[in-house]
Amino acid sequence: MRKSALNAVHQLAQQDERVVFVGSDLGAGTLEPMRREMPERFFMEGISEQHIIGMAAGLAMEGYIPYVNTIATFLTRRCLEQIAVDLCMHNLPVRLIGNGGGVVYAPLGPTHTATEDIALMRVLPEMTVIAPCDADEIKRLMPQTLEWPGPLYIRLAKGGDEIVSRAESGCTIGEALLMRKPGRVLLLSTGIMTQRALRAAELLAAKGIDTGVLHYHTVKPLDIKQLLALLSGIELLVTLEEHTLAGGFGSSVIELLSDSLQPLPPVLRMGLPDRYNGGYGSQNHLLTTAGLDAVDIARQVAQRINGDAPA
Amino acid sequence: MPSISEELIQEAQLQPLDRRSRDLRRRVVDAIAGERRGHLGPACSLIEILRTLYDEYLHFRPDEPNWPLRDRAILSKGHGCLALYAILADKGFFPLADLPTFCAPESYLGGHPEAEKIPGIEASTGALGHGLSIGVGMALAARLGGSDHRVVVVTGDGELNEGSVWEAAMSAAKHQLDNFTLLVDYNKLQSYGPIHEVLGLEPLLDKWRAFGFGVAEVNGHSVDDLRRLYASLPLESGRPSAIICHTVKGKGIGYAESAPEWHHKARISDDELAALYQAIEEAP
Repeated sequence: MRKSALNAVHQLAQQDERVVFVGSDLGAGTLEPMRREMPERFFMEGISEQHIIGMAAGLAMEGYIPYVNTIATFLTRRCLEQIAVDLCMHNLPVRLIGNGGGVVYAPLGPTHTATEDIALMRVLPEMTVIAPCDADEIKRLMPQTLEWPGPLYIRLAKGGDEIVSRAESGCTIGEALLMRKPGRVLLLSTGIMTQRALRAAELLAAKGIDTGVLHYHTVKPLDIKQLLALLSGIELLVTLEEHTLAGGFGSSVIELLSDSLQPLPPVLRMGLPDRYNGGYGSQNHLLTTAGLDAVDIARQVAQRINGDAPA
Repeated sequence: MPSISEELIQEAQLQPLDRRSRDLRRRVVDAIAGERRGHLGPACSLIEILRTLYDEYLHFRPDEPNWPLRDRAILSKGHGCLALYAILADKGFFPLADLPTFCAPESYLGGHPEAEKIPGIEASTGALGHGLSIGVGMALAARLGGSDHRVVVVTGDGELNEGSVWEAAMSAAKHQLDNFTLLVDYNKLQSYGPIHEVLGLEPLLDKWRAFGFGVAEVNGHSVDDLRRLYASLPLESGRPSAIICHTVKGKGIGYAESAPEWHHKARISDDELAALYQAIEEAP
């Protein structure tokens, strides 16, 4: 997914002279073809996230469209004030590409996992937040980022994630994608939780619980309209995210549902607990520990639907 | 060992004010007269730095604030905005009559400057340590676009506590941005007290030199000295420039000079207001 996103930056830079790339201290050879082809628009500025955001702001004030890339948690925690003041207050078209959203960097520990990045970004006025589910989807989204107004945060997944998005379904920033029609249950998912949601829906269907999946590649602005149109007959809504439950995707869904003043089904939020990850291992290991593998998701949903006490 | 010149510090303290410097300080007091509050001390140390910049160095068009070829100036110490407002109004970016609306509920002249609202403000500042990085981005953009306009960033001294300043400094030097100039308003006093007690900066000139800048220091209240120095920019070809301007916080208002309580003042009374005008009148 990262490769697809960065290659897209190179392609956009070939099409549009306003596009510049700004990295911190990325892996050797990152975007080497772009650096060779247009060295003047390729910046590798060192481990200085605060400065990089300000510098990108200065470039954007002069008409450039900077794509800034580093590890997601460094790009959101370290320089939050620069993002708020320099980018959002000025409403500048700077694109932040965060590598390893969620617990992708599990083996490196909680300093490197991005488990509250969506919360940090989505509360900032003017900011758009996208979290695609697979490499094909990021390829469809990246061209739209060129002319998108204002700052944008792109949360990238690990890469090599199962391809579940479909070209024929279309893909527009700000519009949720219905990947499976709802029955009694509708799973709302973002990022790579969508793959897990689709598998869980299969498992639930096999148990006679028809379950839909509404995929949100855009967390902000959140497409609440489509969700409200799907609510009829739903007995349980479930939000799924690779993110702390405090202030993330599920919180956003609940806020907007509440604001709609519609009669609502119960909402079960599933995500990471309100603590820093205690173990290492792998992304899959940490998600499984948090009850976020497909089997566990299906089990918890079935328990709710069947009225069983949670395990 | 301090690298700075004690002689220049003394010169700044003794520097008399000419008529224009006095007038601009009156404008500052005009501005705080409305809502009776403001960062007076940090504005008064800036007056000559900014006055000389706008009178003698920068290219700009008040009736076309976004003229593409203008030089870019960023007041990174946004709390010094009263001085900048006085000068921008004096230059015709907006009416002088609007100064007393400073900090009023519907005014466009806030306690820190916002680019979206005020003609002549390049970047919204207030949170410290942001201006250098934005300026570096602008200077890179000028180079990319083949334009020879220049970028000037003005910081406070306390502001240099921020680590982001030094990140930006390394970047400016890496890119050999000789179209970039930093002016440090070195009035030796931050909000809590003396710089050297809160978080000392010395040896400040050596620091900037070590970070790859061409460096100079100047009496920051001497228009003649500032003019000469600005005319010599860049101080070194292929390097960004840093000018350490020795100033006095509250300069020109005797009892407010180097007085921490005048860093920011609210609920200024009629008597205090009258005393401010009088102090400016009586300043050497």
